[in-house]
Amino acid sequence: MTPIILFYIFAIILLLSAIMVVSVRNSVHAALFLILAFCNAAGLFMLAGAEFLAVLLVAIYAGAVMVLFMFIVMTMQTELVQLKEGVQRYMPVGCVIAFILIIEFILIAIHWKVDPKIINQFSNSPLQHISNTKALGNILYTHYVLLFQICGLILLVAMIGAIVLTLHKNPNNRRQNIAKQHRREPNQSLEVHDVPLNKSIKDIGGFIRPKETYYGVTQEDSFGPKPGDKSDITEKRQQREQIK
Amino acid sequence: MNWTLAIPEIVLTIGGLIILLVGAMQKKKNSFFSSAIFLTAIFIAAGFLTLTNVNGLAYYGLFVNDEFSRYMKLLILIAGLLTIILSLDFNKKNKTTYFEFIALITFSTVGAMIMVSSNNLMSLYLGLELSSLSLYILCAIDRNNLLSAESGIKYFILGSIASAILLYGISMLYGSTGAMEYDNIHKAIVSTNYTNMEFVIGLVFVLVGICFKISAVPFHMWTPDVYQGAPTPVTTFLSTSPKFAAFALFLRLMSGPFGSLSYQWQFLIEVITLLSIVIGSVGAVSQTNIKRMMAYSSIAHMGYAMVGLAAGTTNGVLGTIIYLTTYLFMNVGTFSIITSMTKKGKIVENIHDLAGLGKSDPGIAVAMAIFMFSMAGVPPLAGFFGKFMVFWAVIQVHLYVLATVGIVASVISAFFYLRVVKIIFMDKASECLDHRSLSISFMSFGMGTLTVIFIIFMGPMVHVGKVAAQSLFNLS
Repeated sequence: MTPIILFYIFAIILLLSAIMVVSVRNSVHAALFLILAFCNAAGLFMLAGAEFLAVLLVAIYAGAVMVLFMFIVMTMQTELVQLKEGVQRYMPVGCVIAFILIIEFILIAIHWKVDPKIINQFSNSPLQHISNTKALGNILYTHYVLLFQICGLILLVAMIGAIVLTLHKNPNNRRQNIAKQHRREPNQSLEVHDVPLNKSIKDIGGFIRPKETYYGVTQEDSFGPKPGDKSDITEKRQQREQIK
Repeated sequence: MNWTLAIPEIVLTIGGLIILLVGAMQKKKNSFFSSAIFLTAIFIAAGFLTLTNVNGLAYYGLFVNDEFSRYMKLLILIAGLLTIILSLDFNKKNKTTYFEFIALITFSTVGAMIMVSSNNLMSLYLGLELSSLSLYILCAIDRNNLLSAESGIKYFILGSIASAILLYGISMLYGSTGAMEYDNIHKAIVSTNYTNMEFVIGLVFVLVGICFKISAVPFHMWTPDVYQGAPTPVTTFLSTSPKFAAFALFLRLMSGPFGSLSYQWQFLIEVITLLSIVIGSVGAVSQTNIKRMMAYSSIAHMGYAMVGLAAGTTNGVLGTIIYLTTYLFMNVGTFSIITSMTKKGKIVENIHDLAGLGKSDPGIAVAMAIFMFSMAGVPPLAGFFGKFMVFWAVIQVHLYVLATVGIVASVISAFFYLRVVKIIFMDKASECLDHRSLSISFMSFGMGTLTVIFIIFMGPMVHVGKVAAQSLFNLS
C-alpha cells in the first residue's frame, strides 16, 4: 500500500511542478520548479527499483545541469515583452503541433501493450539477482571497457579542440600584472605636453601608444613585438620630431 | 580478456597523453618539436608492436587482430609518421606550432586503427568518431586563416551528418538482426534470408557513412574545399589515414557480415565506383589550384581502389590493398612537394607557380614528375601495378563495363597529371619557388625512390597482401 501512496504523491508533485515550470513568469522560479520535478522523478525511479537511475538523475540533472542553467539564467536578461510577442506569433503553429501530438499520444495509449515474453524473460534472467549498479558496472567497465576508454578519448579530443581553437594567447591584451603595476613610475605612463594655441595634440605628434611599459609584458612565442623590441616606438618618436 | 592485442593503440594513446601533459606543463618553451620527435619514436615503436602482434579476438569480441588489420594498421601508422615529418617545417613557417597538433594526429591514428580492428558495430562507430573528430580540429587548426576555418566547419557539419546516417544505419541493422558483432550479424543473415526492408536500408546507410569518409562520388562534395583549406600536412593526412581505415572497414564489412548479401550491394558499389572514377578524373581537369586538383585526383583514386571491392573476391581485396599501398607513397610524395611550395616565404598553391621548377630545382622536379606519371599509371612505376591488380581482379569476374570505363577515365586523368609535368619542365617561370628544406627533400626523394623501385618488392608485397586478403575471408 505504501508504494502506491508514495507513487501518487511523487507523481502529483511531479506533474504540478512540471506545469509550474512552463507557466511561471520568472525563469529562476521555473528552474527551481524543474529541480523539484527532477527530484520527484528520481523518487519514481526509486519506487520502480532503478536506484542507479535515481541517483544519476539527482546528481547530473538536479546537481550539475540545473546549476549551469541557473547560472545562465541569472547572467542573461530575458525580456518578457519579447517573449509575449513570440507567443502570439507562434500560437497557431504551436496549436497544430500540439493537436498532432495529442492524437499520437492517444493512438499510442490505445495500442499500448507489453509483450508477455519480455516480462517472462526478465523474471528468468540472471540479472535478476544483481543490483542495477553492479549490472551497469559489469557492462561498462568489463564487457565494454574498450568502448568506454574510446569514449573518454573522444571527450578528451573534444576538449583539446575547444582549447586549441579558442584559446588565443594574445600578448597585446592588457592583462593585469600586479608586480608590474607596483613597479611603475609616473613618467612611464604619463606624457605631459605643452600644447600651443590653435593646435591639437595630433599636430605635435600625438601620444605614443602603447607606452614602453607594455613591451616588457609580451611573451617569447607571441606574435607581437618581442620584449625589448621598441622599434615602432622609436619610429613614432622620429615622426614626431619631424612634425615638430 | 586478451588486452595485449591492442598494445600498439595503447602505446600510441599513452604517447599522445604524455605530449599533452608535457605541453601543458611547459609554459615558456614551445614543445612542438620535441613532441614531434618523441612521437616519431612512438609511431615506430607502435609499428613494430603491430608487426609482432598475434592474431585473435580481444575485449569480448569488440576488437580483432588478423593479418589484414595488421597490414592496414601499418599503412595508417606510416601515413601518420610521414605527416608528422611533413608538418615540422610547414607548421614553423605557418606559425601553427601547437603541440596539440601532434597529439591530435596521434589520436586520429588511434581512432583509425580501432576502425581497422573493429569487430563490432559499436567499436566501428567510436573509432570512426575518434578519428574524424580529431580531423575536424586539425582542419581548422590554422585558425587565423579564413579558408582553414571554413574547411574545418564544412568538414565538421558534413561529417556529423554522415556519422548520424551511419549511426542510423547501425541502429537499423541492430534492430533487424539483434546483433552488433559482425559474426552474429553474419549468422543472422545466413539463418534467416534477410532481404527485409530495414536491413537493406541499414546496410545502405552504413555504406553511405563509409563512402563519405573515403569521399566516393555522390558524397564527395566536401573534398575539394576541405583539401584546399586545410593546412597541407593535414591534407596529406586527410587523404591517407582515414581513407585507409574506411577502406579497411569497407572490406571487412563487405567480405564478412554482408558477404552473403553481395547481390544486394554489388551493383551499388559498382555505380559508386564508376561515378567516383569519372567525376574525379573529369573534375580535376579544370582545376588550377593544385590542392583542389589533388582532391579530385584522390576521389578518382578511391574509385579505382573500390574497383577491387566491386569484384568481391580475394583477388579484388588484394588489388585494393596493393592500390592503397602505392597510393600512400605517391600521394604523400606529391603532397610533400606541395608543402614546399612557397614564394618568398608565402604559401602558393596555383599549378602555374610550379613553372620553371625543372630549371631551378631539377631534383624535386624529377620527383614530382615521377609521382605524376605514377598517378597516371605509367608502367614501370608503382601506380601502374595498383591499377593493374584491381582491373585484373575485375576482369576475372567479368565486370567489363567497369574495367572499360575505368581505363578510359585513367586516360582522361593522364591529361591533368601530364599538364603538371609540362608546366614544371616547359613553362617559363616569372619567379622561382623557395629552396626546399631538409625534411621535404627527405620525403620527396624517399617516396620517389619507393615509387620507382616498387617493381622490385612487388613480389613479396603481393604475397603479404594475399595472406592479408585471405585472413579476411577466413574469419567469416
